[in-house]
Formats: sequence, structure tokens, C-alpha cells
Amino acid sequence: MEQVAIPRRKCFVLLVLVGLTACGHRNGPRAQTLRVRGSDTMLILAQAWAEAYGQMNRRVAVEVSGGGSGQGIAALLEGAIDIANCSRNLKPEEADAAQANTGKVPQEVIVGYDALAVFVHRDNPLEEISIAQLAEIYRVGGRLSRWSDLGVRIPAGRNRIVVVNRQSSSGTYEFFREHVLANRDFALGSLDMNGSKEVVDLIASTPGAIGYSGMAFATPVVKMLRVRRKSGDPAFAPTLANVLAHHYPISRSLLIYTLAEPRAMVGEYIHWLQSPTGQQIVADSGYVPVCSGKDLAPPCGAGTN
Amino acid sequence: MRRWHQLSEVAIEALIRLCGFSATIFVLGIFVFVCREAWPLWHNDAFHLSEFLFSIQWYPTSAVSKHYGVLAMIAGTFSVTLLAMTMAVPLGLGAAIYLGEFCPSRPREILKVLVEMLAAIPSVVWGFAGLTITSRLIVRYTSADVGVNLLNGALLLALMSLPIIVSLAEDALRAVPDEYREAALALGATRWQLTWRVLLPAARHGLVAAVLLGFGRAIGETMAVLMATGHAIHLPTSVFDPVRTLTANIAAELGEAPAKSTHYQVLFLTGVLLFLVTFAVNLTAGLIIRRERRP
Repeated sequence: MEQVAIPRRKCFVLLVLVGLTACGHRNGPRAQTLRVRGSDTMLILAQAWAEAYGQMNRRVAVEVSGGGSGQGIAALLEGAIDIANCSRNLKPEEADAAQANTGKVPQEVIVGYDALAVFVHRDNPLEEISIAQLAEIYRVGGRLSRWSDLGVRIPAGRNRIVVVNRQSSSGTYEFFREHVLANRDFALGSLDMNGSKEVVDLIASTPGAIGYSGMAFATPVVKMLRVRRKSGDPAFAPTLANVLAHHYPISRSLLIYTLAEPRAMVGEYIHWLQSPTGQQIVADSGYVPVCSGKDLAPPCGAGTN
Repeated sequence: MRRWHQLSEVAIEALIRLCGFSATIFVLGIFVFVCREAWPLWHNDAFHLSEFLFSIQWYPTSAVSKHYGVLAMIAGTFSVTLLAMTMAVPLGLGAAIYLGEFCPSRPREILKVLVEMLAAIPSVVWGFAGLTITSRLIVRYTSADVGVNLLNGALLLALMSLPIIVSLAEDALRAVPDEYREAALALGATRWQLTWRVLLPAARHGLVAAVLLGFGRAIGETMAVLMATGHAIHLPTSVFDPVRTLTANIAAELGEAPAKSTHYQVLFLTGVLLFLVTFAVNLTAGLIIRRERRP
């Protein structure tokens, strides 16, 4: 009979354990979770938003991850997340896929603007570059492969241009391909980094490197180039004022996508992102805030909150 | 009561048998799954096997014309692994000979624990070290244009496969019967002659298997090479060239590739290719070990 008694005791212990874990769940810290994924460019911004929102609203936990605009959109189409951050526009085939997979239409909201900054090592004497020169460095069959072709000499006798690029799931990569290369292909052989921060870090430690990322990733150890639209035009630095005045030639919208009729919680969050508080965080993260409408608007939240 | 014992005996035996088979079931299951995901490529007109294997044009997301050639990544994988082996094999075998034959027993135990601790370092930590330490040293002290390159990745892979090579090679050397040592010493051989002429030939199967398993470890590594080799599609012509490996390419691109797209299927085919290579390497190592056990 002993053998029967032992299982009974075990059952009791098990029941107590189950009861305890259930209690733990009921007293969980947050009632609801909002999942955000996508653009690496927008990652620092999305994290700052999530932190500020979490302090203000104790009921909602905002989970943020990066991976690139493409990954965010792919996850949104599978219904795995609530909000996709995207530093490029949704492609028609992605909108179709969303409709086919989930039966819902993706909705777009502009939450800020960004200038695509071009970086070189801080010891590089180059100060300005044109869109055409950038294309010749990056495109397949491009004619610029040495710094001497651009008329500069790199310290330490290194002359080859080390082309730093982004992985193909990056919205920044696709934006650059569309607007700088006019949709031509990138040359093979570039160093394809997984994130904007990796791009900047690699350039900081590589004397002959050139690369691009969102303006917010600038650090004192790399040099941002002034960019001219075409030769003869003046060159402009990627600053807030130059983006708002349409002077800087490679600026873009920062977007978020949701599927149609998101949960109330998601709607509230997006509304908050567009509020002066949310837009102040855009400015604090190093990007350009937006008021309303499709076109670049005058600064609203910035500095006034 | 006796019946209860018999029952539990049967149940436990079944459980243990299941555990034994589970490894096989998982390996087969993964292989079948990977093949199934890649299978629709046979009916896909946008995909050509010859382009896949023999072209370096990798443009899976091109806006103009998509190409799916992984030759540069095959070259990258093998060049970084082979370079790693040229560093890890002499070092690993040397360490194994020292530990097995020359080292006094107390320091040996400490050294063995330290070598095995190398295996416990997560690969992302290796990758980080490659990104922030060794790559900067390479830029500072060589003429390399960029620090994240073939040499940098191979250095990390060599250190990562070292513990496997050292432990297995040491086991192989210690498995050589003491009669061999005694006979050689009795004939007047020096310790060097004993090691070179007697022990290494006697343990050669085990040593080859150790090297092959180290090779298998290096070829399948992902995170460290993704971070440390520069991730550039390029046929390497020097040890300072950046490269991309098959594993790193899968890790970087699988998340974005829309499910069931050609890009997604090609990434799975890359997985099949890797699976076949590691399977062949491990099978060879296994056969060699078995041949040694059955003289």
C-alpha cells in the first residue's frame, strides 16, 4: 500500500505548485503587451517611446525589437506583431500579401523624418560628396573604387574605398538603392552590416571606409559628409533645419504600419506618438519631428513641449 | 508488488529506448523539414541549380533582376574554415601531445579544465571579441584595408574548435597501450622519437577524427563569423579580404525573406547544402573512429 501513498503526496505538492504559479500570473506586472518590430534606423526612437509610454501607462508593456524594416513588415503580415516600424514605403506586393494573409489593409502613419547621413572615418579629408559620386561608389560596375579618384589621400597609405552597406532586409538599404542608385543593383563585395550602429562602429575603426545610416546614429568618432544633389549645387549637411527646408537631398519619412482597425490599445499608442510628447522624443532621439500631412511640415512638438 | 516492479521495468526500458532514438528522430525530422521547404525550387523557373552552385551573383532582393548564386559564400565558408584549421590543428595536436605525454598530472588536470572552458564561451562573445579587439589589431598592425576579414574570422574559429581537437586528440593518444611506450623506451628511443614514430602513428585514426570534428564545429559556426568576417560577397584572394559564409547568410536573411518565396526556399537549399557537408564530415570522422576501435 505504500506505493499508493507516495503518489498521493506528490499529487498534493503538484496541486500546490500549480496554484502558486496561477497566483503569480494573476498578479503580473502589466495587463497588456504591445509588440513592435522593424526598422533598425527607428530602433532607438522606438525604444525611447516604449520607455516613456511604459512610465506613463502602467497597464501596457511595449515590446520593441529591430531586425530591419523588411523583418517588421514580414512579421506584421503574419500577424505576429501590432506595429511595424519602417524606414521605407510599403511595397505593393507587401500590401497584397497582407490582404491575402490576414484579410486586412495595412495602414500607414508618418511619425517623423530622417536624413540619410553619409559617413567616413574622422581622419578622411573628404568633406562633400554628390549623389552621382555615391552612386558610382555603390552601384554594380561603378567607376569609383579608390579615394584618389575622389581627389583625397587617406592616411596610412590605404587607397581602396571600403564600401560599407546594410543587409538586404534594411529599409535604409532599399531607400538608398531607390534614391541614390535609381534602383540599379549594389556592387557585390560591400560589407553588409546588420545594423546602423554596426555601420558607424566599423567606419570608426576603418580608415578607408564609407557608409550610410540614419542621422541619429552620428557619433563624434565618424565624420558626416555634406551632400550635393548634383555637381555645381551647394552641398548641405544632414541637419534638422536642412531636412525641413528640403535642402538635404536624401531625406525620408519614418513610418509605422498597422493592420486595419487595430486594437484600442494600439490606436491610443499611435495617437500618443503623434502628440507633442511623442514628437519631442523624436527630436530628442536625433530625428526630425512631424506635425501632420504627407509633406515635410514645420516643427511642432520640438522644443515647445 | 512484483507486478508493479515488472511494469515499471518495462516502462523505464521503453522510456530509455525512446531517448536513444530521439536524437535520430530529431536529426531526420530536421533534414526532412529543411528539404521540404526547399523542394518547390525544382518547379521554379526563376531558379537554376547551376547558377546556385557556380555563380557569385547573389541578388535575392534586386529591383531589376534577381539572382541566387552562392559560389562566393561556398568559397567563403571553406576558406575561413580551412584557414582556421591550419591554425587550430598544429596548436591543438601540440597541446594534446603535451597534455597527454609530457605534462605532470596535477597541472594537466588544471590545463584540461581551462581548455574545456574555451568551449563554454558563447559564440556571440567570440564574435564580439572579433569585432572589437582582433579586427582593430589587424587594422593597426597590418596593411589590411578592413579588420573584419577572412583572417579575423579564421582566428576566432581556430580558438573555438581548439577544445574539441585537444580533448579528442588527447583521448586518442592516451588510448595507445602503455606496452607501446615501454617497448619504445626499452629500445632506447628518446621521448621525441617515441611521440613522433610510435604514438602519433598508433593514434592516427583518433587524431584524424579529432581534426574532422573540429572542422565540423568550425564549418557550422554562425554568429561569430557573421560578426567577424565582414559579411561581404566576394571571392577571397588574400587573407585580408572580407568574406561571407553560408551560415551567416542564412542567419542574416532568413528573417526577412517572405515565407514560401524563392529567396526563402533558396536559403533552405543553402541549409541542405550545409547539412550534407557537415553530415559527410561527421560521418567520415565516425567511420574512422570505429575503424580504430576495432583493430
